[in-house]
Amino acid sequence: MGYFDGFKITFRTMFEKRVTVEYPNEKRPKPERFHGRHVLNRYEDGMEKCIGCELCAGVCPARCIYVRGADNLPDAPVSPGERFGFVYEINYLRCIHCDLCVEACPTEAITESKLFEFSFTDRKDAIYTKAELVVDDDGRPQKLPWEDWREGDDTHTSAWVRATAPSGNARFEGRVQWSGELGYGVRAPEPAQPGGAPAPAPEGANEDAGR
Amino acid sequence: MSAAQTLLLAGDPVFADGVDGAVLLIVAVKVLVAFAVLMVSVLFMVWFERKLVSDMQARIGPNRAGPWGLLQTLADGIKLFFKEDLLPDQADRRVFRLAPYLSLVPAFLTFAIVPVGGVIHIGERSTLLQVADPPVGILFLLAMSSVAVYGVMLAGWASGSKYPLLGSVRASAQMVSYEAALGLSVAAVVLVSGSLLTSEIVAEQSGGLPFKWNMFRLGFVPFAIFCLAATAELNRPPFDLVEAEQELVGGFHTEYSSLRFALFFLAEFMSTVVMSAIIVTLFLGGPAGPAPDGGILGAIVPIGWFLAKMFVFLFTYVWLRATLPRFRYDQLMDLGWKRLIPLSLFWLLVLAGMRVDRKYGFAVFAGGALLGLLLIRALQIGRATTEGEVGHAPAFEETR
Repeated sequence: MGYFDGFKITFRTMFEKRVTVEYPNEKRPKPERFHGRHVLNRYEDGMEKCIGCELCAGVCPARCIYVRGADNLPDAPVSPGERFGFVYEINYLRCIHCDLCVEACPTEAITESKLFEFSFTDRKDAIYTKAELVVDDDGRPQKLPWEDWREGDDTHTSAWVRATAPSGNARFEGRVQWSGELGYGVRAPEPAQPGGAPAPAPEGANEDAGR
Repeated sequence: MSAAQTLLLAGDPVFADGVDGAVLLIVAVKVLVAFAVLMVSVLFMVWFERKLVSDMQARIGPNRAGPWGLLQTLADGIKLFFKEDLLPDQADRRVFRLAPYLSLVPAFLTFAIVPVGGVIHIGERSTLLQVADPPVGILFLLAMSSVAVYGVMLAGWASGSKYPLLGSVRASAQMVSYEAALGLSVAAVVLVSGSLLTSEIVAEQSGGLPFKWNMFRLGFVPFAIFCLAATAELNRPPFDLVEAEQELVGGFHTEYSSLRFALFFLAEFMSTVVMSAIIVTLFLGGPAGPAPDGGILGAIVPIGWFLAKMFVFLFTYVWLRATLPRFRYDQLMDLGWKRLIPLSLFWLLVLAGMRVDRKYGFAVFAGGALLGLLLIRALQIGRATTEGEVGHAPAFEETR
């Protein structure tokens, strides 16, 4: 009788595996490309990657990024190019972690770590300045006192960039299309898609990347 | 012996030698124990419901307060106790304050007539394991379940707000409709047992398990109707239109907060526990079950039987909630007035016929069944004709 099928289902479910994860005690492994708190990366020689172009601020749908660029001093440059990010602020009360800033960045300066367990007791604390966002001398994100860092949250800070760089084209599997990072060097390419053999990169792949 | 003494004696054998200090003590202890047990069972029931529903939804459920989350209800109670007690501007103040008690107190009082075990002996005295055994037992049950309607109804009315009012309008319609089916199925029990005393109804079902239980003896129909009507009377899913979180934002208790809300919550779960106890008493022989004679074990085992039977119903109530969606208002009325009430009336007639004479009973059954079939056919024809007219109307227009 159809009336009792529902009762069978609820009864059966009692003996099935629970789907709940007891969060503070037990944490799911985070996905490779998890969107967390931002970091501002540096090149292997310690130079900052940010060039102060404000593309991240322009693309931000939540308008949480404030950037001002300035000219590098010839004898004490902050970044390898002509300009550098003089002011860089992100308001985490507004940020929605969409990662559009990461996509927009032409120099892979801004990426995201996996940290999401941080909170503030003051609105001013929610605005991260450049002093807090730039990676330290080991290339690791700075661990601020109100942040709850976990094992591995700080090592994969640019997976999203590497996943999509330069264009997400399958032909770029196994090709390194990004610059080196302080503390890590040039990161290895992402593993190939499961099931498919890595496609050999055809000639002219770099021209595709340029478009 | 005066009339008052007769009444007292009928209430409990402990009054047989007149009332003295020891008797008062026994009665006081019984009242306190019943109160405490009921409160604890409500705490357990809330936890049990939440845990079981989460099991049925592949979740874990409350597990923070105490072992396995057992103290969750207590924690919730303490939280509610410290919350601000709001009184809406538009509310009818006195009635608003009165309503929670009107739904809580009847639940407590109903439990008083439930025999939890047999007769126990303390020294030279013996007493029933129930708080009171008034000669009007079953009528008391019906009266209390009717008073409980007022709690819900007045709460909605006194809130001075539209959702509670709608909830209470539904509540009064629903509870009044199902009261009839409830009463008629209880009437079947009373008819066969020949007594309004709950202790006698229970005693009459003992021995010859389980086929002397009213559930089987009355042919299952009154039991099924009572269970359905009781669920509706308790406003539990699938008959919880009164509360209907999705449509009425909680219904009659929308405007209630803090301790008054806690009282409604308590009343609801207490009614569930008490109604399960009543079903066990009326239809499953109460504490009847194989038990050793005399001694401490002879007093405890029947209580165990009673609790075990009650547990089946508590489980079923939660199971219903986890499985069934809510009835629509017209479906609810349809089920109550067009199905349950005619069926229980018919069954009552058949049972009465059986009491007179077996042949007579079967004749009533056959006649009733025949009339029922004719009625169903007539309804079918009537429905087909109406639908036919509606369906043909445009075609009729076209031919013109």
